[in-house]
Formats: sequence, structure tokens, C-alpha cells
Amino acid sequence: MSDTNSAIEFKDVNKWFDDFQVLKDINLQISVGEKIVICGPSGSGKSTLVRCINSLENHEEGTITVHEKEVGRKLQNGNSSNSDVGMVFQQFNLFPHLTVKENLILGPMKARGLTRKEAEFRAMKLLERVKIPEQVNKYPNQLSGGQQQRVAIARSLCMEPKIMLFDEPTSALDPEMIAEVLDVIIDLAQEGITMVVVTHEMGFAKKAADRMIFMDEGMIVETGTPEDFFAKPKTERCKLFLEQILQH
Amino acid sequence: MALLALASCSSPPGTWGWYVIDPSTKGGWNNIKFLLSGFSATIMLSVLAAVLSIIIGLIVALPGMSQNRLIRLPSRIYIEFIRAVPLLPMLFWVFYGLPVILRSLGLNIPIDPFWGAAITLAISDSAFTAEIYRAGIQSIEKGQTEAARTVGLNYLQTMRYVILPQALRRILPPLANQFIYIVKMSAFASVIGMQELTRRANEVVVSEYRPLEIYSLLILEYLVLVLIISSGVRWLERKMGADQRL
Repeated sequence: MSDTNSAIEFKDVNKWFDDFQVLKDINLQISVGEKIVICGPSGSGKSTLVRCINSLENHEEGTITVHEKEVGRKLQNGNSSNSDVGMVFQQFNLFPHLTVKENLILGPMKARGLTRKEAEFRAMKLLERVKIPEQVNKYPNQLSGGQQQRVAIARSLCMEPKIMLFDEPTSALDPEMIAEVLDVIIDLAQEGITMVVVTHEMGFAKKAADRMIFMDEGMIVETGTPEDFFAKPKTERCKLFLEQILQH
Repeated sequence: MALLALASCSSPPGTWGWYVIDPSTKGGWNNIKFLLSGFSATIMLSVLAAVLSIIIGLIVALPGMSQNRLIRLPSRIYIEFIRAVPLLPMLFWVFYGLPVILRSLGLNIPIDPFWGAAITLAISDSAFTAEIYRAGIQSIEKGQTEAARTVGLNYLQTMRYVILPQALRRILPPLANQFIYIVKMSAFASVIGMQELTRRANEVVVSEYRPLEIYSLLILEYLVLVLIISSGVRWLERKMGADQRL
């Protein structure tokens, strides 16, 4: 049984997309406050694993518990995702018809029942934290990619989540904008929030991760502290992968 | 003889009788007033039918996009069935047939020509509106729905605050098309005795026996109406396009 310190737990989780098995026997326990970085080649199931945590994907076998509540497997009829779990997407997914402020206050007002004033107060605080308070009344497409992603992070934080998921948050960004987004995520990692980050930014991983997970072909191939993981990878596949992405 | 026939053909007074709608004569002016008075009924009928169609269409379209086949099915059946029924038979069915069903159920609800036509137009059009909604909603990236879910919005909130505002902008042109279609199809209401533009024209034709002139005016009436709607829609599109930076 999971202890109370467990934030997320995967037990024998299997998932298929039609005939293709994307997740194979996933067993994983993430403690409250832990920062996890998941890496691996594309198509290895990293994103799917993360998306199972907030029920954007349903799994077929096994159990996933988030804060001691079972999720996924059509338990929630594909509805009402757990709003204690925030998510930042590769493609930002800001609401293009709403201003930055409206993007931030929509969830708190409609899902959490905050008044407009309370929500706006919270939004302004978070925009200052991600260092773009001056963009509050702009529309997403008037912002740079890095700014958009920082708004997306602020939008998630507005719901005061206990867990934050990042699905390749910097992969769609121009190189010069990656740092500003990673800085915000590192800043966030200083807090007690539980974080699961899918990324290939190994510099970030070294700085922020408590534990590394390497996935390949739907399986968790290797886990370990960043020091061990980068210095002496145990498996050949992991070594090869690290060589490829650290080459340049 | 032949010459005489030719002469009468080429002389306008023999074939044209614009006097029936000549505003400078008392009779002509009365006819024009009578014909133009059909405008309000045509407009009211079209607007009511369009509003109903937009509401019914959305109610039909949303379950039609469900992941669940059983929820999707009634919506598909409705669309395929309604789309297959021609407007005129449906109008007869609603106006003459539906009261029989209602009476057999013990309901004494009379269906007057206005409501009969409005309901028929709305239902007939709603199948098309539903498909327009579906196209518009499905054109919005999946990431929008996912993002809405991660900030805690439920299905209806996601639709209302995230998906529909974006979809609406894309479906406005085809929806306007449907509205123009409704305006023109409202002419069928004349056959169940509704006093709209076409019915009025028919009545003047019967009394004056001047079909060419009166039907020409009738066509002009629809043309003006549709042009006004088109320019209104263009204004609306500009307005929405300026407000929403997509």
C-alpha cells in the first residue's frame, strides 16, 4: 500500500494505442515534493506516461493513484480532470481568443469559484513571478514563444496545483528563449511542489532533478539520481542516448 | 393579320402593365403597400426559424461528437433523416399531420401557419446547422480542450468559454449562408396560408392578373432583403475579426 508521502503511484500499468503498446509494465512511485525528469527517444512513451497522471489518457491495465485517489481507466468518464494537477504543454495551448489575464483567471473563476478580483490578484502575482506583468492585457499571439510558455506556466499555477507536469516545455521554442522558461521552472522547483518534467534539457535536469527516469519502447529502462545517471548509466541504451544528446 | 400581331407585340402597353404597381396611382400605391406589408412576416418568420435552428443545431451537434457511439447515434440519425426530407412535404406534415398526432395524445395545441412554418424551417435547417457546428468545433485544436481540462473546466464550461468562441468565428460565414437560405425558403410558408411576401404577391396576382410585374417586384423584395443581411454579416465578421486575434 502506498504511504501518505506518495504523490503519484503507477502499479503494473499497461497502455495500448490500438495494437501498439505504448506503456509496458510501468511501476513508479513519486513522493510529495519530488522533482522527476523523464527523458528518452521520441515515441518511447514519455508524454503518454505524463498524460496518464492527469487523465488526458486512459490506461487499460494496472492502477494509477494520485494523492491516494485512483485516476484514469475511464473512471472519470473522460471528464473533470484532477485540477490539483497542473500541466504545461509543448505547444503552450493558450486560449488565443482571450488576453493573458483572461487566460489566467478563467480556471480559478469557473472551476474554483473565485471572484474576479481574487482571481486577478492571484494572476498578477504569478505574472510578476514569471516576469511578464506588463503583458497582462495582450493576446497570446502578440507574445514571443518564451513569453507564451511563461504565461502557460502562470496559468497552471493560478489553480494552485500540488503537482505540476511539464510535457517538453521548451521543445517548441527558439534556442534563445529556452533559458527564460527553464529559469522559471527551476525557480518553481525550489518550492515544495511535486514536479514531473519531460525534457531533453540535460543541464536543467542536473540542476533541478531529484531523480532521472530514462524510457525506451514504453518501458522505464533506468532510474537514478542525476549524478549517477549522467556519470555511469547502467544500460547500453541509456548510454547511447546520452551520448547522442550530449554530443553537441 | 400577321402584321397586326407583330405590332401589338412590340408595343409595350400591350404586354406590360406596370400600372399595377405604379405608386403615382391610387390602385398601384395600394398594391405596393399590400405587397411590402409582407416584409415583417417574412423577417419575423426567418429570424425565429434561424434562432431556433441555431439552438437545435448545437443541441444536436454536441452529442454527435461524443467518443461514445451510443451518444453519437441519435444525433447522426437525426441529421441524416432530417436532411433527407424535402421542405415542402415536411411543411405539410407539420401543418396538417402534427395536429392529428397532438390531438390523439389529448393535447389541444393548434398549429397556426406562422408557427407551423417556423418549426418546419427550424428543424429542416437544424440538420445543416449541426453539421456546420461540427466542422467548426472539430477545427479547433485538441490542445485547447486539454488545456481547458487541466485548468479544471468541465465539458460545458470548456465549450462555452474556450471552444465555441473560437469556433463561432470560423462558422459565421456558413451560418450566414444558412440564414439567407432560410429567408428564401420561407416563401414556402405561403402554401399553408401565411401572409408573407410570396403569399401577398400571389393574392395580388389573382386579383390583378399581372404576374410578370408583381413577381418581378417580389424577386426584387427578396433581393433587397438578402443584400441587407449580407452586408450585416460582413459587418459582424469584421467586428469579430478585429476583436479576436487568432
